Amino acid sequence: MRCRRCSKPAVINMRQHKLALCGEHFLEWIPAQTQRFIKKYEMFDPRETILVAVSGGKDSLSLWDLLLSLGYEARGLYVDLGISEEGYSSSSLAKVDRFVEKREGARLKVVDVKEVYGKSIPQLARERPEQKTCSLCGLVKRYIMNETALEEGAVLTTGHNLDDEAAVLLQNVLHWQTGYLLRQAPVLPSTHPRLAQKAKPFFRFYERETAAYAILRGIDYIYEECPFATGATTIFYKELLNRLEGRSRGAKLQFYLSFLRAREKGLFLRMLPFGPERISSVNEGLELGECERCGQPTTAPGLCAFCRLWKVAEAEVG
Amino acid sequence: MRITYRDKAWELPGGMTARDTIKKVGLDPEAVLVVRNGELVTDDVILSDEDEVKLIAVVSGGDGEVS
Repeated sequence: MRCRRCSKPAVINMRQHKLALCGEHFLEWIPAQTQRFIKKYEMFDPRETILVAVSGGKDSLSLWDLLLSLGYEARGLYVDLGISEEGYSSSSLAKVDRFVEKREGARLKVVDVKEVYGKSIPQLARERPEQKTCSLCGLVKRYIMNETALEEGAVLTTGHNLDDEAAVLLQNVLHWQTGYLLRQAPVLPSTHPRLAQKAKPFFRFYERETAAYAILRGIDYIYEECPFATGATTIFYKELLNRLEGRSRGAKLQFYLSFLRAREKGLFLRMLPFGPERISSVNEGLELGECERCGQPTTAPGLCAFCRLWKVAEAEVG
Repeated sequence: MRITYRDKAWELPGGMTARDTIKKVGLDPEAVLVVRNGELVTDDVILSDEDEVKLIAVVSGGDGEVS
């Protein structure tokens, strides 16, 4: 297979776009597309500070690399989850450190969950066998990412790719989680003073494309999966979607883009039970209060989910 | 040719496309990239007996973040 642009041997064939490219042209295409979507979805502008949540994996390190190469003031945030199983957290941090060493001026902030809050993720998970470790970990990471972005006055970015988005979409559709569906978007503006703007500049790329970018850019990323993610539902949904993609080229892209179009057209409006203004979006109906302990926005009365988690953890220690 | 994927390895004869080889070892072509003799290649390339092929898993994830 030959590159569409120069006829050299292609390194990647993006069947959903009917586009095969050589390494050189792929490394031009990815940044151009990313820049295009940053602009189109008004994710951020070049004057803003960007915080990239990095895990040491291919997506987040590729995103940081790409934003730096495009000239953005992109800083990294690594949340040390304290996963000692298979040396996962220490290996991940080592990859991030190596990435920073190779890039002059790249600034990294590390937040050690155990050091700051008293317990690592595996410790928390062991105390809560009824909760899925991945969702517990997600809650802690989201809180710390938001808090750090606010401290830095930055837009928070994550390396979520189209496969991630499509898998979450499938999960939300299978459970008809309309609230989640409404909040699933490539960019989430700040709707509260304690809520940072969030953006996913890689949301249109298939996972194989971000992996190819990392390989071609010589990014040394953590290849091993988190030991707690083995058998995770998200991975199962990704496998299902890949089988669909194998049968029908572009199925994953179509699934997600059709959802975004439907969302823009108001598919997730709901009927309110009373009054003349019977139609409202789920988001409009969502009352955001402030956590009485940390001040971060929450839909729950009293404490937010994060503070509830640590309050219970503290009580267990006491 | 020698094919590796994570901690697994296979010895297979050449003459097949990378895509057919991926299927033969029970993997999904959508979920891996092919590195032949250190170079990233598309999965339509015909592999030969002398090739060293590394299949790179691209699927990752876990927390199923919604926002």
